[in-house]
Amino acid sequence: MSDRENETAMLEIKNLHASVEGNEILRGIDLKIGSGEVHAIMGPNGSGKSTLARVLAGQEDYEVTDGQVLFDGKDLLEMDPEERAREGVFMAFQYPVEIPGVSNTYFLKAALNAVRKHRGLPEMDALEFLKLVREKMKLVQMEESLLNRPVNEGFSGGEKKRNEIFHMAVLEPRLCVLDETDSGLDIDALRVVADGVNVLRNKDRGFLVITHYQRLLNYIVPDYVHVLVDGRIVRSGGKELALELEEKGYSWLEGMAPERPVPVGA
Amino acid sequence: MTVSEIRENAIEGVGGYLAELERFQPEGQPAWVQALRRVAAERFATLGFPSLRQEEWRLTNISPVAKGTFHRPESDPDALDPVQITPFDFEAAARLVFVDGRFSSRLSSAEGLPQGTVVTSLAEALLRMPEKVEPWLGQLAKLDHSFVALNTAFLRDGAFVWVPRDAVVGPVHLLFYSSSAEDGRATVSFPRNLIVTGESSQLSIVETYIGHGEYFNCPVTELAAGANSSVDHYKVQRESRDAYHLATFQLLGDRACAPSSHSISIGGSLVRNDVNAVLDGEGIDCILNGLYLADGRQLVDNHMRVEHAKPHCASHELYKGVLDGKARAVFNGLIHVHPGAQKTDAKQSNRNLLLSKDAIANSNPQLEIYADDVKCTHGSTVGQLDDDAIFYLRSRGIGAEAARSLLTYAFASDIVERIKVEPVRRDLEELLFARLPQGDVVRQAV
Repeated sequence: MSDRENETAMLEIKNLHASVEGNEILRGIDLKIGSGEVHAIMGPNGSGKSTLARVLAGQEDYEVTDGQVLFDGKDLLEMDPEERAREGVFMAFQYPVEIPGVSNTYFLKAALNAVRKHRGLPEMDALEFLKLVREKMKLVQMEESLLNRPVNEGFSGGEKKRNEIFHMAVLEPRLCVLDETDSGLDIDALRVVADGVNVLRNKDRGFLVITHYQRLLNYIVPDYVHVLVDGRIVRSGGKELALELEEKGYSWLEGMAPERPVPVGA
Repeated sequence: MTVSEIRENAIEGVGGYLAELERFQPEGQPAWVQALRRVAAERFATLGFPSLRQEEWRLTNISPVAKGTFHRPESDPDALDPVQITPFDFEAAARLVFVDGRFSSRLSSAEGLPQGTVVTSLAEALLRMPEKVEPWLGQLAKLDHSFVALNTAFLRDGAFVWVPRDAVVGPVHLLFYSSSAEDGRATVSFPRNLIVTGESSQLSIVETYIGHGEYFNCPVTELAAGANSSVDHYKVQRESRDAYHLATFQLLGDRACAPSSHSISIGGSLVRNDVNAVLDGEGIDCILNGLYLADGRQLVDNHMRVEHAKPHCASHELYKGVLDGKARAVFNGLIHVHPGAQKTDAKQSNRNLLLSKDAIANSNPQLEIYADDVKCTHGSTVGQLDDDAIFYLRSRGIGAEAARSLLTYAFASDIVERIKVEPVRRDLEELLFARLPQGDVVRQAV
């Protein structure tokens, strides 16, 4: 890992603190993700895993109180959510939102063209787009009928998660954040989703895979595993760390989180 | 801009209308029409204008109409510059144009219709075929409503559409243009439309209301849907922003007919639509949908009343509104199920989307059920755009404003996409794109 210190990371999170409604959830996260790397973040409920994903995506409910996030050297936290997406950050939602009245394909075309415009590429016409969509659908075994339905409306849990990976495949982001994409999936659906992700792995793309369960990491094999407890990364290691966690449980590491300071006046 | 010639007598308040009625003597009306008008004038004299103290009007202040000064137009309807109507025109089986409530034969065309079909002006029909008009005119819309009484008292012209048994007709386009006088003085007109469909016939018909300047438009449309007939009726209200539009649509359905009416409300500063349906035969399937877009200080009031008089009828109502600025919307929906109207299936829904914190929507669905084997549901919502949906769209690269527009469009297009007359639907889609910020993004995305 010492070589990495000299490389410029694609994503660099420094001492990140974030709160929601005055409660501090992230209490100093430091993390570097280089191009081509897959990082897994594991941790018990309430450790701040999803908060980290949402802060990276720019959800406004979370207030960053300290620290810095650099994406390709640019200040990510200064950007609106749409700017982050156009720069190449993608979050697959833990709970994808249903959007009645907006067709899945049309929405994706608008998103793709916004991203392409930002990158100085010409907008895609309907025919090119359809070709691209057909090709990407195969990656996640999406049924064609889901294309013309309103975004996520009436989709099953598995269909929603597949749709997220499908969006990711079409938008071709540089950094993919998967927020518990595995939760609630049966083994077949999990395989489909994981295969889709694995096809998208390449030397220019980084992944931050957030999961509660070790099982996903049998299918998406990470380069690094980090354990988040109480808003801090308490242990980092290779993929074998996930197995160790599986064996010993989170309680093994929970004691390693520093005590929370007692709020003034409490 | 084409403007109306007006009569010099100013009409103001109830007394002003009654005085004008003394002077209002259209030529050649059959005695029964004169009698109907007299009864209506008496009803209006008794009723006067509604006030906020009346339950049906408690949220809709009509004082701009009750206290305003208006003039009856005397313009030549054939003198209208066609340029005024071209943007709203589309290729139809027949087109009738009315200027300040009077028929323009020059701008109208109704040729090549199926044998026996009548699409003409009401004034013409009263002269040439009163026997077709008499059984229906004034028999559907009730005079216990001030503005129906006023319209009937001033009854002179409008559209008459008569579709014979088994005929398939449409789309028929009724285009109503109104305007203020050259000096800005406000006009008032009372278009009166009668639509009758024969057994097993089919009709699609569009009423479009447009205009310039300040005026008070008080139309009444009566529709008698014959047994087993299918009728698609559309009303697109795009009056001037200074107009007062107080309209009544009255539907009477016979056995197994399938009437639908879509009411789109966009223009006007004060708008009231009374939509009443009486389902007076078994097996009727009635659809009443609406969309209202309002901003600035517009007030849009939709009052619905559906009467299930016979068993085995279905009525489905969906009214949606998008309100911005300081706009106000009122929705009052009553479903009344008569004794014996078993197996009624009635559904009513009103959804309001508020785009600003100053917009207000009042929604009041009501059920009155006097039968015991029925399925009746109603619901209403008033809310803002979903923050989670906005964030989801933004997180995929769509800008904040475009995301809001896309969601607003999706909300409104739910009604627009049900319009089966393609040019009307396309026109309204374009209008939505034009009104929404970043409409181009939305246009590309849908």
